[in-house]
Amino acid sequence: MSVARRSMARSIAAHAVLIAYVLIALFPVFVIVINSVKSRRAIFADPLALPTAETFDLVGYHTVLRQGDFLLYFQNSMIVTVASLALVLLFGAMAAFALSEYRFWGNSLMGLYLALGIMIPIRLGTVVILQMMVAGGLVNTLTALVLVYTAQGLPLAVFILSEFMRGVSDDLKNAGRIDGLSEYAIFFRLVLPLVRPAMATVAVFTMIPIWNDLWFPLILAPSEATKTITLGSQVFIGQFVTNWNAVLAALSLAILPVLVMYLIFSRQLIRGITAGAVK
Amino acid sequence: MAGRRARRWHIGVFLAPAVLVYTAIMIVPLLGTLNLSLFARGEEGRVFVGLANFATLFGDPRWSGAFWNALGNNAWFFLIHMLVQNPVGVALAALLSAPRLRMAAFYRTAIFVPTILSFVIVGFVWKLILSPLWGIAPGMLDGIGLRSLFAPWLGREEYALTTLALISVWQFVGIPMMLIYAALLSIPDEVIEAAEIDGITGWSQFRKIKLPLILPAIGIISILTFVGNFNAFDLIYVSQGALAGPDFSTDILGTFLYRTFFGFQLQLGDPHMGAAIATAMFAIILAGVCVYLFGIQRRLRRYQF
Repeated sequence: MSVARRSMARSIAAHAVLIAYVLIALFPVFVIVINSVKSRRAIFADPLALPTAETFDLVGYHTVLRQGDFLLYFQNSMIVTVASLALVLLFGAMAAFALSEYRFWGNSLMGLYLALGIMIPIRLGTVVILQMMVAGGLVNTLTALVLVYTAQGLPLAVFILSEFMRGVSDDLKNAGRIDGLSEYAIFFRLVLPLVRPAMATVAVFTMIPIWNDLWFPLILAPSEATKTITLGSQVFIGQFVTNWNAVLAALSLAILPVLVMYLIFSRQLIRGITAGAVK
Repeated sequence: MAGRRARRWHIGVFLAPAVLVYTAIMIVPLLGTLNLSLFARGEEGRVFVGLANFATLFGDPRWSGAFWNALGNNAWFFLIHMLVQNPVGVALAALLSAPRLRMAAFYRTAIFVPTILSFVIVGFVWKLILSPLWGIAPGMLDGIGLRSLFAPWLGREEYALTTLALISVWQFVGIPMMLIYAALLSIPDEVIEAAEIDGITGWSQFRKIKLPLILPAIGIISILTFVGNFNAFDLIYVSQGALAGPDFSTDILGTFLYRTFFGFQLQLGDPHMGAAIATAMFAIILAGVCVYLFGIQRRLRRYQF
């Protein structure tokens, strides 16, 4: 067998495996979305059938959009997620740079201290956090959520970014120092662009638990004006538990924004990777 | 040497924002919680009881039985992730990182989709799919003549925990895949080309060249999996409720903590016993992380390019 034919066969096998896995990954989402646009009877009769002209029905979406203030919920979730993400990335990268670049007294102790937060769920501190937010007058504000999520995201960001920053060539940074760059310029202009793929990765991992969190919105910001989309759809499911059209439509709507955000970051990830490869 | 080195203020500037936010919002409340575990509800407010809550947790058979059950279930939950999620994640990343693979971006995006879904959605949709009544799974198995294989997996004690662990694997396999993928892409082309010139390709190239280079990333993933699994709560909660049925067979430390802390049905919540369980969880996780940091991470070799 020629080399070309063998690599052809290998590539077909790789595609087959990947396509099979993609089907497994997307199947449940597919089930939600197709059934959200079907009539109630069609959902029960044949859950796997695609909607036809006869069974197509947007009644679920009508119910959702009439009921809840979904646009406001979207906006709240978006503000909280973007603000927390920006703070986590900036503060996390700065701390990771200090830990991976400089030798100073207490370095590994500080690394361990910051890494502690990866293993303890911040939820364990909820009662005390709530007391603090009450004392600070931050209950039912998005600021409270941003603060909590920033603290929650930082440990993992520092851990992953310092792992990656250790791989950035010392020669490059020293060349920058010889050229008279300040430590800040070395961080912002040399190191940050090189770890962009890692930053995009951290962004994706930080964003998801924030967007999907139910716990802190429920406890710290349950008011109508500050509800996030996840809390909104959970409340909705609770109210409409037997109205499957409405529940499936609400779930479809809740998937959409996070999917779009993920797609944006995933493009950034590709760009970051190609930019980072050229030194 | 010309005198002492200048004070390096920039180190403080780089560290300060992260350390301040993290300490104020995370560490202080957590220490407050650990502190709670040393108290109990007394006649007038709370009273200091020392380690009495821990004596109850490990000594009282009602409490210790539930604790060991939850810990055992949690260990099984973790084992399934290590045996299924991480190898599948590495394999998918290896396939994806093949040069000139078409539609790689599409595959990567699609495989990551379950990870971005909230537990509310994941719990709801898998209950629908696996439901014996409306469920899609029985119908599909029927279609290929394997109807007899179907069982109400989420409702049976012997299967429920494994089923939930596999649902969790389905949801989170994107994370190891992404991290390994990024690690594989950061391997310089020269290294791969040198291997190819030496005639090392395919599987042996992966095993001999790439695998040693991505071992630090695999280490990170293992410890993240460990920590994530021993903190897990949401999936069990949304699909089986706080009672982690059937008959506590899917009870893990997170749900046990939640029930104790906030109470359920007729039992009142007990923040002090809850804090004691949280402290025990903290100790377990700390032990695991120490094993990784001091036993494994130090032996990993890092390569700079």
